[in-house]
Amino acid sequence: MFWTSVAHAGNMMPIPATDIAVEVDNLYNFLLISSFIACAILIGGMIYFVIKYKRKSNNDKTAYITHNSFLEFLWSFIPLVVFLGVFGWGWHVYHEMRKMPANALEIHVQGKQWAWEIEYKSGVKTANLIVVPIDTDVKLIMSSIDVLHSFFVPSFRIKQDVVPGRYTSLWFRANKFGEFHIFCAEFCGTQHSGMIGKLKVVTQKEYEEWLEEESKVGTLPLAKRGEKLFQVKACSGCHSASDLSVKVGPPLFQKFGASREVADGQNVVIDENYVRESILNPNAKIAKGFNPGIMPTFAGQLSEVELNALLEYIKGLK
Amino acid sequence: MSTGNTTHASHVAHHFRDSEHQFDSAKQGIWLFMATEILMFGGLFVAYIIFHAIYPEMFAEGASHLDWKMGFLNTLVLIFSSLTMALGIHFIQVGQQKKAVVSLALTILCGAIFMVVKYLEYTHKFHLGLFPGRFLNPEVVHATHQNLGMYFGLYFCMTGLHGTHVLIGMGLITWVMIKTIKGDFNPEYFTPVEGVGIFWHIVDLIWIFLFPLLYLVG
Amino acid sequence: MAATTNASSDLNYITEFKGIKSWLTSLDHKRIGLLYMMAVLTYFLFGGIMALLLRLELFSPGANFLSADQYNQVMTYHGAVMVFMVIIPGIPAILGNFFLPIHIGAKDVAFPRLNLASWYIFMIGSILAVSTLFTSKIDTGWTFYTPYSLKTSTAVITMVFAAFIMGMSSILTGLNFIVTVHKLRAPGMTMHRIPLFVWALYSTAILQVLATPVLAITLLLLIAERAFGVGVFNPELGGDPVLFQHFFWFYSHPAVYIMILPAMGIVSELIAAFSRKVIFGYTAIAYSSIGIAAVSFFVWGHHMFVSGQSEIAGVLFSFLTMLVGVPTAIKMFNWLATLYKGSVSFQSPMLFALGFMFLFAIGGVTGIILAVMGVDVHFHDTYFVVAHFHYVMVGGTLMALMGGFYYWFPKMFGKMFNESLAQISFALIFIGFNVTFFPQFILGSMGMPRRYFDYIPAYHSLNSISTVGSWLIASGFFLSVYIFWQAFCHGAKAPANPWGAKTLEWQIPSPPIHTNFEVEPIIKAGPYEYR
Repeated sequence: MFWTSVAHAGNMMPIPATDIAVEVDNLYNFLLISSFIACAILIGGMIYFVIKYKRKSNNDKTAYITHNSFLEFLWSFIPLVVFLGVFGWGWHVYHEMRKMPANALEIHVQGKQWAWEIEYKSGVKTANLIVVPIDTDVKLIMSSIDVLHSFFVPSFRIKQDVVPGRYTSLWFRANKFGEFHIFCAEFCGTQHSGMIGKLKVVTQKEYEEWLEEESKVGTLPLAKRGEKLFQVKACSGCHSASDLSVKVGPPLFQKFGASREVADGQNVVIDENYVRESILNPNAKIAKGFNPGIMPTFAGQLSEVELNALLEYIKGLK
Repeated sequence: MSTGNTTHASHVAHHFRDSEHQFDSAKQGIWLFMATEILMFGGLFVAYIIFHAIYPEMFAEGASHLDWKMGFLNTLVLIFSSLTMALGIHFIQVGQQKKAVVSLALTILCGAIFMVVKYLEYTHKFHLGLFPGRFLNPEVVHATHQNLGMYFGLYFCMTGLHGTHVLIGMGLITWVMIKTIKGDFNPEYFTPVEGVGIFWHIVDLIWIFLFPLLYLVG
Repeated sequence: MAATTNASSDLNYITEFKGIKSWLTSLDHKRIGLLYMMAVLTYFLFGGIMALLLRLELFSPGANFLSADQYNQVMTYHGAVMVFMVIIPGIPAILGNFFLPIHIGAKDVAFPRLNLASWYIFMIGSILAVSTLFTSKIDTGWTFYTPYSLKTSTAVITMVFAAFIMGMSSILTGLNFIVTVHKLRAPGMTMHRIPLFVWALYSTAILQVLATPVLAITLLLLIAERAFGVGVFNPELGGDPVLFQHFFWFYSHPAVYIMILPAMGIVSELIAAFSRKVIFGYTAIAYSSIGIAAVSFFVWGHHMFVSGQSEIAGVLFSFLTMLVGVPTAIKMFNWLATLYKGSVSFQSPMLFALGFMFLFAIGGVTGIILAVMGVDVHFHDTYFVVAHFHYVMVGGTLMALMGGFYYWFPKMFGKMFNESLAQISFALIFIGFNVTFFPQFILGSMGMPRRYFDYIPAYHSLNSISTVGSWLIASGFFLSVYIFWQAFCHGAKAPANPWGAKTLEWQIPSPPIHTNFEVEPIIKAGPYEYR
């Protein structure tokens, strides 16, 4: 297996963290080696011939060889066989990816501009974070609420577009502990490269403990709950809460109580009502210098308690 | 204007051997262009068929607003116009300029009738609130299906694109008719007339597929 | 339009008719080729500057000098301009227009007025596309995927309509070339004696005529969707965003063969001419072009393995993609076999042809890798794909275009260029290309997605290397511009046949006369009878 180890060392893939990733890597290593051989023949042959048959004089006579049926057959048939072979192998691996396991741990994923909203069946919600136990079949049931996104975990070698208006799924079985990147792999606008999430693989016990902690959100003080919501609803993707930097929207740090100029030239005070209106009807009084139509409305997505929680959190941003 | 069949006839370009060589090449070019037209409309047909399969009842509701009699009238008008167009070409080929002009004029008239019927259909739909896409308000039109706008979006796209081609065809036939009056065409040279004729026949053919698909199948 | 030329005068197609008006109203396929060349090279400069800006922003992570929105716009214009205004028209409209009639012994293309009209249509479409820079720059990526392209508040309709207009130009050029090849071959010029460049242009023309109309309707539907909310691509109205992908790629996959087939035609010419040897497997190369064109219509779904399309659809597309790889492999091996026992010169056109073979070998095998479903899941929408298509489109098509320019420059303008400088330009482009794009295969393997304004620190060094490579490529191209400019102004007079090649263009003066041939040639043998 010398050659596969060479390929494995050189294939520049992240360490495989699922069973399917290992299968993908085996196939890819074979492809790398075959490609290298093909290129060696073509490029090596080319270099060899151009040196060996370098022009010596302006009157060189060249061989008149118009074709060779045997050779032409050979270099049609052998590539065809190799191509069909890797096609079949690739199908096998792909089929493994698409065959959803029974009794998997199902987690819901909602892609949106520009964050991953995760919801566990127990009601726990996170943004840009999935925690799963090791060596467990996990199935993600995914959709988008706006445009196309694509859920991609390089270490797992899995990817699936999330499409508004329908569900798509993928599954994996992590076999290594660690934190792995989740990327969005389908262009979705301004913060396409900012939709980075984390997939944490922990022990079964740690997973259960984490789930337990998260579900206690309802008993937290309002401001703390607001802080959690601010993360889960991905407000932090566009609004800075810790300093005055502008991400996509204006920062919320130290803004409560201040006065602000809005698009039509009026001055408003950032009070409870302004904050509430900005969440439910964001285009009503946009801060001057920012464009309408970017912040989505959260009407229908937040209960009264949740609105109060966010309000208290924003008040406390000093 | 030369009537000889020599290689230096004024209408024969320098890279062609003779009149026949030029004519054959022109016809081949025109048929290739018609293939592209058919492929383009084909894409629309595919979209229609796909969504008809997904929303059969919504399409039935949409089609119920179409008047098959007007569609049938338009079909007859276009088929008749293809006849007059073919006659126009024939008369030029046998040197009967006046009859050719009359035939071409009749063809344009048929095209105009088609467009008038289309106009009546469109305005009637607008009057009822049957607009394309998001401009159709399901409450205003008492629609059972909320996405009825998709049906009319497709309807207006398909008939609109076809209608645009009818207008272009009318323009081309007018151009050819004027040149016929001026005496530019004769039994030795009538390539543009034949080319425009082929275009017109294809426009007719596309309608012959549109009519049943939109008006009858629903 | 028969212009009489004095057989013993020094007048050629450039000097015979003077003044800008004579160029803008010319029906001469050679002049029209040069009109296209001026336009396409200008757009190449613009698309190239977009690339340099893009790579400069990506030199290090974080926002360097562009905002995320500006980056997305630069990325979109780079793709849209290069695809629609450089690579698709490029070789057919410039070198095809100039040499197709000459290669088959004809005085012009079948429809010269249509040819000029095609150029004007291209200009209208391309100027409309550029106008969006001054209204509302688009940011959708050149693929205009829905629903994003329906929601973004930029000039999508204008740009898409511009692409529609340019598509018309492509269709008419293809139509012209097909009839030309069918009807205007000189006596004795059977289909098995036409140069392989003509076979390549012919296959490309078939694709232009049959595939572009589907792009036309896709773009019209996209416009209708934005303007009226028809609903076919918008899930909020009951439509399917993935349907847009099917429609789009039904054209755009054949389109990539429109981009590469003419380039392969040039490579056949260069390999034969600069080995002074009959091309090996003429019939196989000729029919492989037709074969690639035919199969290319059935593989579009290999861009959509993770789109949500069914597994069985993916299986069919993957299988058919493997089939289209075979005729491509045949060409490469046949070119290799042509070198065997040839008399190989390293003059600059040949360097570009050899460079093509090197880079296309890599581009081609990575295409097969991407066609393998299980592996494509990881690589789709990563920098691996970006590297693959740049290897085949730049390492392939652009190398062949450069080789074609150097090969045919003496014929087109009657002047010789500085060979040593040309070799340096080649080296800069070839080395620069590999430095820019090979790291991107690695970035893709590591998981870096494409169209990313910003990236995690782990991807930093490879991105920096890639950016430096872009500067090398740019200097190579700017050097070529200088070489051609200098040759045009002060180059030595070119003989009729500076390379000792056998196709018909080398039997006529450099530059050619207006009607190409003083006497219609009568063909008695194939185009590569080096013996």
